[in-house]
Amino acid sequence: MKQDNKAPLLKVDNLESFYGPIMAIRGVSLEVNEGQIVTVLGANGAGKTTLLKTISGVMDPEKGTVVLQGSEIQGSAPDAVVNKGVVHVPEGREIFPILTVEENLKMGAYTRSDHAQIAADMELVYDYFPILKERRTQEAGTLSGGQQQMLAIGRGLMTKPSIMLLDEPSLGLSPLLVREIFTIIRRLNHEQNVTMMLVEQNAKVALEVAHYGYVLELGRIVMSGEAKKLQQSKDIQEFYLGAQQETQRGQRRWKQRKTWR
Amino acid sequence: MDILQLIVSGLANGCVYGLIALGFVLIYKATEAVNFAQGDFMMLGAFITLGFTNEHYLGLPFWLSVCLAIAIMGMLGYLLDLIVLRRMFGQSQVAVVILTIALGFVIRFIAGAIWGHEPQSLESPIAGVELRFGGLALGMDEIWVIIITVLLTLLLYFFFARTKLGVAMQASSQNQLAAYYMGIPVKRIHSMIWALSGIVATIAGILFASKGSIDPTAGLLGIKAFAAAVIGGFGSLPGALLGGLIVGLVEPFAARYMPAGYSQIFPYLILIIMLIVRPHGILSQIQTKKV
Repeated sequence: MKQDNKAPLLKVDNLESFYGPIMAIRGVSLEVNEGQIVTVLGANGAGKTTLLKTISGVMDPEKGTVVLQGSEIQGSAPDAVVNKGVVHVPEGREIFPILTVEENLKMGAYTRSDHAQIAADMELVYDYFPILKERRTQEAGTLSGGQQQMLAIGRGLMTKPSIMLLDEPSLGLSPLLVREIFTIIRRLNHEQNVTMMLVEQNAKVALEVAHYGYVLELGRIVMSGEAKKLQQSKDIQEFYLGAQQETQRGQRRWKQRKTWR
Repeated sequence: MDILQLIVSGLANGCVYGLIALGFVLIYKATEAVNFAQGDFMMLGAFITLGFTNEHYLGLPFWLSVCLAIAIMGMLGYLLDLIVLRRMFGQSQVAVVILTIALGFVIRFIAGAIWGHEPQSLESPIAGVELRFGGLALGMDEIWVIIITVLLTLLLYFFFARTKLGVAMQASSQNQLAAYYMGIPVKRIHSMIWALSGIVATIAGILFASKGSIDPTAGLLGIKAFAAAVIGGFGSLPGALLGGLIVGLVEPFAARYMPAGYSQIFPYLILIIMLIVRPHGILSQIQTKKV
């Protein structure tokens, strides 16, 4: 699973998390290098969200370590984790519905006090999401789903993160909007050098923007590799990209076994 | 003429109800708990001020006593959340409700033990002066109650709309999880909300005690304020004040024009009608989540 020999920005080692008696993450290890987009693919219930929640401190792990820039952060309070530079953009557009768009963005900068820099970052967010500038005095709850997702990402940027954890930004959006949001994600990574850990069910778009990918199934990493290699992989194509293989008899094979089982 | 008099005294009472209701709503919005000791907070705040300023006790200057009482009650609210309520996290809401009811009893008995059970009046500079215009007699105290409530409302509005901490308080009551994700220290903010509602209760108590006398059972007024909060829309700060004013205004008119004994039921009658006709209250702030 080594990507290269530079020390990774975020290193998760043998992480285990429980929901009561249920083990949702069963010893996950992964690395994210600075400037990369790393995607974690997985179906419903694979443990993707739990993994992000454990990294951002909303859940405490039972075992294992999360190392950010050389220091262990597992088990810290969520506000402490944000202070260290990890921001979690939750799935389902968890915005503050009765605050205005601008107030939502300001809440992203809650842990910061450098006013000039905050104002500059707000302009940056408005550059990437012009619609938010247009709607800045509107209550966030009145935005459309896609705009709320943009606001959630913009609000995440306002914490000035060294790594951004994106939880299913494509959830519930039309294909066109998904494309738009992922274009912006790619631009943010390219132009602003924002490191991202992207958790997705939509493997197709995720592998297009990511540099490296992991596949999570039932709480375990079952496969990893360069995003391009994963795109070529037969298993990924069949189980995550929806390619249909036909046999010589011209029928779809239903009982295909995954190579990792 | 006496209609105007009834309106002023009703508004003044309504302001006190409204401020207590505000305390209910503040805590409910932020922590989804209902503090049934809110009325007793008001009573305690009034008695602390009285204990500092009355000749019979310490005899400190009035404004100094007010500041001390506000500081003490704010601290008490903060510590109460920090030491007791934070440990109730994850317990059912019923547990919190019972805890606050019990807390109300404790406060009542402590106040009785320290200051006695006899009604006492606060030696306040705004008490007892009357303004006379022709046949009209308005209590200066009642006018002061209205003015101070308006000022406090403006101050709170400014705090919640304009300051970073105020907006963060709103944010963490609207979406607690997202507030955690943004690095807002939600638990500390809950403690600060308890402090704030302790302070608002103290101001309500001082105003109440300036208008008349106070004894340890005055906290039971909290039930009427609770009804006011529900009428106004539980979860809306302007609604709490509005509900308080409605209850306050209805009372003197009911007492004037209805047979004795029936007037008492009016606030609760409005409450019941409200729950049937518009269960979210007048100014409800219910936001359906978009999916």
